[in-house]
Amino acid sequence: MENREIEPLESSMVHGVSRRTFLQYCATLASLMALPSSAGVAFSKALSSVSRPPVIWLSFQDCGGCTESLIRSNVPTLEDLLFNSLSLEYHQAFQISAGIATEAARKDVVQKNWGKYLLIVDGSIPMKEEGVYSTTAGVSHYDLLMEMAKGAAAVIAMGTCAVSGGLSRAYPNPTGATAISRLIKDKPVINLPGCPPIPVVMTGVLIYYLTFGAFPELDALGRPKAFYGETVHDRCYRRPFYEQGKFAKSFDDEGARQGWCLFELGCKGHITHNACSTKKWNGAVSFPIESGHGCLGCSEPGFLDTGSFYRALSLPEKPIGHAVNALMAGAMVGGSMFMTNRGFKMVAAHTHLPSCVADLEKESGG
Amino acid sequence: MTNSQRIVVDPITRIEGHLRIEAEMGEAGKIVRASAAGTSVRGVEVILSDRDPRDVWVHAQRICGGGCTVSHAVASIRAVEDALHVSVPHNAQLIRNLMIGTQFIHNHITHFYRRQVLDWVDLLSALKADPKATAQLAENISHWPKSSPGYFADTQKKIKGFIESGQLGIFANGFWGHPAYQLPPELNLLVVAHYLEAIAWQRDVVKLHTIFGGKNPHPNFVMGGVPCAINLSGEDATAVNMAGLQIVQDMIHQMQAFVEQVYLPDTLAIAGFYKDWAARGEGIGNFLCFGDMPTKEAGTQDSFFFPQGIILNRDISTIHPIDLKNATEIQEFVAHSWYKYSVGDGHGLHPYEGETNLHYTGPKPPYEYLDVNAKYSWIKSPRWQGKPVEVGPLARVLMLYAKGHEPTKEIVHDTLEKLSFGLDAFFSTLGRTVARALESKLLAEEMQHWFGALMINIHAGNLRTFQRDQWDPSTWPQETRGVGFTESPRGALAHWVVIQEGRIANYQTVASGTWNAGPRDTTGQSGACEAALQHNHTVADPKQPIEILRTVHSFDPCITCAAH
Repeated sequence: MENREIEPLESSMVHGVSRRTFLQYCATLASLMALPSSAGVAFSKALSSVSRPPVIWLSFQDCGGCTESLIRSNVPTLEDLLFNSLSLEYHQAFQISAGIATEAARKDVVQKNWGKYLLIVDGSIPMKEEGVYSTTAGVSHYDLLMEMAKGAAAVIAMGTCAVSGGLSRAYPNPTGATAISRLIKDKPVINLPGCPPIPVVMTGVLIYYLTFGAFPELDALGRPKAFYGETVHDRCYRRPFYEQGKFAKSFDDEGARQGWCLFELGCKGHITHNACSTKKWNGAVSFPIESGHGCLGCSEPGFLDTGSFYRALSLPEKPIGHAVNALMAGAMVGGSMFMTNRGFKMVAAHTHLPSCVADLEKESGG
Repeated sequence: MTNSQRIVVDPITRIEGHLRIEAEMGEAGKIVRASAAGTSVRGVEVILSDRDPRDVWVHAQRICGGGCTVSHAVASIRAVEDALHVSVPHNAQLIRNLMIGTQFIHNHITHFYRRQVLDWVDLLSALKADPKATAQLAENISHWPKSSPGYFADTQKKIKGFIESGQLGIFANGFWGHPAYQLPPELNLLVVAHYLEAIAWQRDVVKLHTIFGGKNPHPNFVMGGVPCAINLSGEDATAVNMAGLQIVQDMIHQMQAFVEQVYLPDTLAIAGFYKDWAARGEGIGNFLCFGDMPTKEAGTQDSFFFPQGIILNRDISTIHPIDLKNATEIQEFVAHSWYKYSVGDGHGLHPYEGETNLHYTGPKPPYEYLDVNAKYSWIKSPRWQGKPVEVGPLARVLMLYAKGHEPTKEIVHDTLEKLSFGLDAFFSTLGRTVARALESKLLAEEMQHWFGALMINIHAGNLRTFQRDQWDPSTWPQETRGVGFTESPRGALAHWVVIQEGRIANYQTVASGTWNAGPRDTTGQSGACEAALQHNHTVADPKQPIEILRTVHSFDPCITCAAH
């Protein structure tokens, strides 16, 4: 008879959660990203490793919303991330020290992790007047970004401001706000737009990168296909009403109460590549359309300059001068509100087999 | 004053936005002059010009995505509604109140645990705590169920493992062991456990925003009401169905429970060890509230939960009325702000006439010091009849107290008795911190009433949430203007709009952070945060300016709001 001692509880735990719960979480994450079950196994191995990979987060011309969205993450939770999956080496909104002690910590972290850290950036960079519109510790945010990007392995542009300029870059762009991908050319940059991005988009990409050392498959705008491959309209639960021609005409009419399509109230779901209608928000209790407001298109470049949030797309307002300019500029960086791109549709989402705990237990020998 | 006698704290961490403090030091480490500088600006008021007034809440909301993500949307929509004389259905008032109330409690707890508490709680000392004694302490101050010795031992083990990993991350270079930390190890451990619990709590309670607004951060609103149609019978037609309203009720209970059993007892327990901070950081002594939470359909002030008015020179026997539209009352100054006024920078401008011409005159980056005798901030200096004021939880609690609001009087008296303080103790860094917790308790109770009123309407068949009479621009006057105000978690917030021929002709925002973290004005009067730092502050170690952090964080200053 095999002499096996009863395993103490502690060793069957990973990061303070039961192994089964932990594997469930890895499987869920793989499934959310439309990845095969082997990815879940890889996640579980990477997340069990002893040393946590370094991540540095910098905020520039931001509103704080991207950080808040990260904090709302359910899979994995912020606590899981901080204590188990990664080492958040620098983030001003969390940093315990301040002033010179913080600056010293930042420089120390860069030196220790040169070439290895993942740099996350939210907010845009003002390029007018040599960057005087946004500074930290007397240093322009352009200089700070370039200094910090130099030692980074890769860069995540987090949220629409970092991805395409967002609010600061809306007409007339008083500070010359600029997207991160226009400034960093010598590192891999992934774009995670959204105002803010959906939490699982943030954490999914983070975990994927920390596991495989590379970003997941991207579309032409540098966005992960798993989350931005379809439009909000494609998978909207109200789409059958669109097909039937049933439209809410006002925010509390009978159609609105019956959950009819919000197209005529200005919904931008047709032209917005994001996962709101499938992943939903905050524990999946709702998403904008389910709560009665049309999609604002917040993950698309130039969404704040499209003319009206309440005019139906089929009857586009003749854009006023600055909206045209903004759209042209948006198109120049590679995207436009008025371009649907069905080419980005992700085949995997329809064909992958969701991984399950049993697969993982088998494959990871757990 | 040479620069060597100046402590620069930049970045001020654990806030939203980019704030820099330059503190000039006198004898024995005493701060003699403090200058608060907002160092990042986007020019949002310029961006808001020439847009459709029904659209601008979307842009305005994005001034802040943290503790005020609801506030700017509401202020913007109310400004346009005021200009166009739109009256909002009762259900929409109630739903907005519930969203604002949730924003308050969510922000206050998030601020306390994530942004503020480690100024008072020493993480390393928590490792020395006896979990059994910690459990005993927990049971003495609260009925919160997570209070077993095992629970605290696990928390301690988790922290220990984290520290021993050598990857301290955001906790690196913390001011651990600083003599200013005065809590016993057990209380440190108790609060560290709640620091972690608060992260889990906050991601749940925002579901109230998600039901009514579709997402958080940045939930949706609409001019004329709220966008979420109500349907109790249609199973999955909209989020505001039976299941959704049950979630709303659950979240209200969760907020009440965490405030009563965790946040408030922790705050009072900590305050008991830092009584010297009740005599430090007073600030200005003038307190302003715009008021908010109308409980009647008309939205009139007599139905506000938070009253409107101003208290001057700590004199709570008199609440002075305010008029946001009076050109001589609220004005913004730019004597020390990087803006240029067409009428000259020595003048103040009422927001209807306000200007936002970005004009940087500071040192070229990279720089070591700002010239704080010249212009030094992207934040303007708002004044009421020329006076600087403080806004926020302390101002609101004082206003409720001065108005004779019974539940407020009761909780204020209870608190003062527990801490053996007089009312004067509120005029301080500690008072500001305690007021935030008291306000949370009062609001959590009020939210149940608003939810009850909403349910009564719904059961009576009143499902109105939107009013479209003024939706069509053809109904609008050629020229009109309006002000929308709200109380944000951080304090009084208002947006002023001028509408001409259906477009925004001028847009001005004066946010809580503008009042609290603004620079000196034309006559040299400090802003509230500056004044507080100049009141009885010594800095023991210039390299670890924990004293500065305590007072700055007591305001919960939002700099993305302040500079916008």
